[in-house]
Amino acid sequence: MSASHAEGKNYLNCEKGLWSWLTTLDHKRIGIMYMITVMVFFAVGGTFAMLIRGELYSAGRNIVGPETYNQFMTFHGAIMVFMVIIPGIPAFLGNFFLPMHLGAKDVAFPRVNLLSWYCLIVGAAISLVSLIYNGVDTGWTFYTPYSIETNNGTTWMVAGAFVMGFSSILTGLNFIVTTHKLRAPGMTFFNMPLFVWALYSTAVLQVLATPVLGITLMLLIAERVLGVGIFDPTLGGDPVLFQHFFWFYSHPAVYIMILPAMGIVSEIITAFSRKVIFGYKAIAFSSVGIAVVSFFVWGHHMFTSGQSEAAGILFSFITMLVGVPTAIKVFNWVATLYKGSVRFDSPMLFALGFLFLFTIGGVTGIMLATAGLDIHFHDTYFVVAHFHYVMVGGTLMAIMGGFYYWLPKMFGRMYNEFWARITFVLIFVGFNVTFFPQFILGAMGMPRRYYDYLPEFQSLNRISSFGAWTIGTGFLIALFVIIHSIRRGEKATSNPWGAKTLEWTTSSPPPHENFLETPVVTGGPYEFR
Amino acid sequence: MIWLNTAAAHASTFMPPQGTEIASQYDKLYGFIVIASLISCVLVIGGLVMFALKYKRKSENDKTAYITHDTRLEFAWSFIPFLIFMVVFVWGTYIYLELRTVPKNAFEVHVFGQKWNWDFMYKSGKKSTNEMVVPVNTPIKLIITSRDVLHSFYIPAFRVKQDAVPGRYTKLWFNADKVGDFQVFCAEYCGTNHSRMLAKVKVVSKDDFEKWLQDNPYKDLASADVGQKVYNAKCIACHQLVPEASTSIAPSFLGLFGKTRQFADSTSAQADENYIRESILNSKAKIVKRVSGEAFPPIMPAFAGALSEEELVGLIEYLKTLKE
Ligand code: HEM
Ligand SMILES: [Cu+2]
Ligand SMILES: [Cu+2]
Repeated sequence: MSASHAEGKNYLNCEKGLWSWLTTLDHKRIGIMYMITVMVFFAVGGTFAMLIRGELYSAGRNIVGPETYNQFMTFHGAIMVFMVIIPGIPAFLGNFFLPMHLGAKDVAFPRVNLLSWYCLIVGAAISLVSLIYNGVDTGWTFYTPYSIETNNGTTWMVAGAFVMGFSSILTGLNFIVTTHKLRAPGMTFFNMPLFVWALYSTAVLQVLATPVLGITLMLLIAERVLGVGIFDPTLGGDPVLFQHFFWFYSHPAVYIMILPAMGIVSEIITAFSRKVIFGYKAIAFSSVGIAVVSFFVWGHHMFTSGQSEAAGILFSFITMLVGVPTAIKVFNWVATLYKGSVRFDSPMLFALGFLFLFTIGGVTGIMLATAGLDIHFHDTYFVVAHFHYVMVGGTLMAIMGGFYYWLPKMFGRMYNEFWARITFVLIFVGFNVTFFPQFILGAMGMPRRYYDYLPEFQSLNRISSFGAWTIGTGFLIALFVIIHSIRRGEKATSNPWGAKTLEWTTSSPPPHENFLETPVVTGGPYEFR
Repeated sequence: MIWLNTAAAHASTFMPPQGTEIASQYDKLYGFIVIASLISCVLVIGGLVMFALKYKRKSENDKTAYITHDTRLEFAWSFIPFLIFMVVFVWGTYIYLELRTVPKNAFEVHVFGQKWNWDFMYKSGKKSTNEMVVPVNTPIKLIITSRDVLHSFYIPAFRVKQDAVPGRYTKLWFNADKVGDFQVFCAEYCGTNHSRMLAKVKVVSKDDFEKWLQDNPYKDLASADVGQKVYNAKCIACHQLVPEASTSIAPSFLGLFGKTRQFADSTSAQADENYIRESILNSKAKIVKRVSGEAFPPIMPAFAGALSEEELVGLIEYLKTLKE
């Protein structure tokens, strides 16, 4: 083995300098580059969220006019979806830990892995060009025909999202091949950690669904630049067709966002209750099941679009079916706690927070899947509250939990537990204060994407704004906790939590090719006996 | 089933008033799901908290049970949610079909969405903007379309919503059982003034409705007064009657008539009758600059086809009366 494996050498210090990072093929370093990128995007998207809530603090104009507000709303949504939540878990934590979970030295195609990071950066840069052309005010959904006739910035934003799509496809491809080909001896499919199952299901969605988004966005650009008339009714096109194409990707995309989060939660719950997971196969297969069924439910976003009643009923039915595997997972996690030995470190607090918030997100999802009820709730704040409960309450809580959980492994240092718990309290409480009132606002009938609202909606909007600033404070503190831990934290042992998956068998931080000797696997990932 | 009614009543505390019979059916289903959801959340979250506290780690040598699965339990907690989802699905589909199946002989009104107003057209030729008058206890069918981008016609009190799609007609129906004014929102994002695209449904007695239909709103009005009515219905959301500020989204009408206008392409012209007419019918022909010097965004819809000659003349005459 090479000199880089000598005493004291690890993936962080085996090579030095910015160039060594920008050209690295090490999945761990690429993971860290994604981490930094996603954190920067999150700060930008979060700033827009704070501005949105500032504007909605009172009815009427507070800080900006309607055009600027609509841009805030669009940039917030587009950045959070395409640049934060979608790459968040797979490309950052997944990149780092999928090969380690399998006992592999790297992903199957390290160069493609690096390319996918560059796709994200180039795509983000192209999106930024939109600012020169008066920005974008379409909402992240780019619905036609408004997106055909509005500012030229839209073309750039759409082109950026197109390029970023390749980042997602390439990551997914890499994960599928890695999972099939690079498992350590003895690592059968049913010995794989559930995080791998989750990433694998996600990867299938990334590879199969994202091209549809790519094609749709290309058509939108062709429409804007060449006037081809596929979506534009004045040229004989059909604007509703765009919605079908868009949601054919974007519904599976919501599972690209949540499945990996579920994987993280499975890891954390077992590690911190020191217990074998309850219903391993049920959780593993429900990930796959959700991935498959999620391709056939896109029409639940279109109950009021003018689609036929028969289609509406069918989509409502299939959506209900997705509820079943989702419920199974939640029950399994709760059952895992039973007769366990539970510790409440911050990763576990975030995982339990996930269960709490995701359950609320899930039951409100069933309300929205009920065709008759969705007619009233569609495009109101009820929907805004629902998807934030799933995406922030679910995915973002899991990212935070996973971040604290794996920080010792990634950087070889512990974080400050007291301050990390403070961030949990601020984020968890702030989250509920922000988004629970939005369910009520939606039930009362307040539509989403509203710059201004009727006076009767004001008090709940105020509560929501205070909650948002609480969340903002929580994340700001979390940033300091993370930076402090990386620079000054106590040295971490190789397995501070006593977890059983393979990444904890190697040193913290891991050496260049993860394991000094290829591990040989003899049992499941959660053998706490 | 009494508990269901009480539960529904509680759950619908936050719902808008019930303006139709279907709205009360809707609230019953909503109440049922809210209660079922609450029970599920209490079970799941309660179980979670209970287990977490009960099995809190006592020492680092704790032994835990090795329970990998339990087929019967897992079947139960897959099948019971499935049954509940199916009840909700069937009930929800019933309400959905009620909401979507238009009775024969419904009274028809045409609805046009256009940035950022709702226009209504009755078969008698009567038109109105942002105020739809309908008779009580009569099934009303709306035939909806849009003159520009997507909009969505949303009446919370009736629990109905339907997108307005350019180039196609969509439908919506309701039967209001109470007299009164009900709020209409635009629920599909349509640009700058989406949140101001509001209207009212005015439900009146059948007699009042007949009277209203006969009534010519412009009868015996001076031209400028006709213009003022049109202004209040269609222009006021953007063009305010206050001196223009750098934050105004559209030029002020105060003292506009007769002024020299500076355009984005550095030309200029006097605001005479022809200029005003062109600006209304095809606003993008000349884009005016703000007081600060940059151009206004080209967001004004083209009103060609949406205004009668009487209304156009009225607007021109009304603008002449507005002094700085
Ligand atoms: C600090 C936390 C956050 C706050 C306070 C916040 C607040 C908001 C608000 C007020 C809106 C506008 C609603 C509307 O008028 O349609 C919105 C939209 C949205 N948010 Fe968040 N948000 C937060 C975090 C996130 C995160 C982490 C995501 C990641 C997925 C996210 C995804 C979205 C999406 C997809 C939309 C819809 C955008 C659109 O309508 O185009 N948000 N958010
Ligand atoms: Cu969906
Ligand atoms: Cu609108």
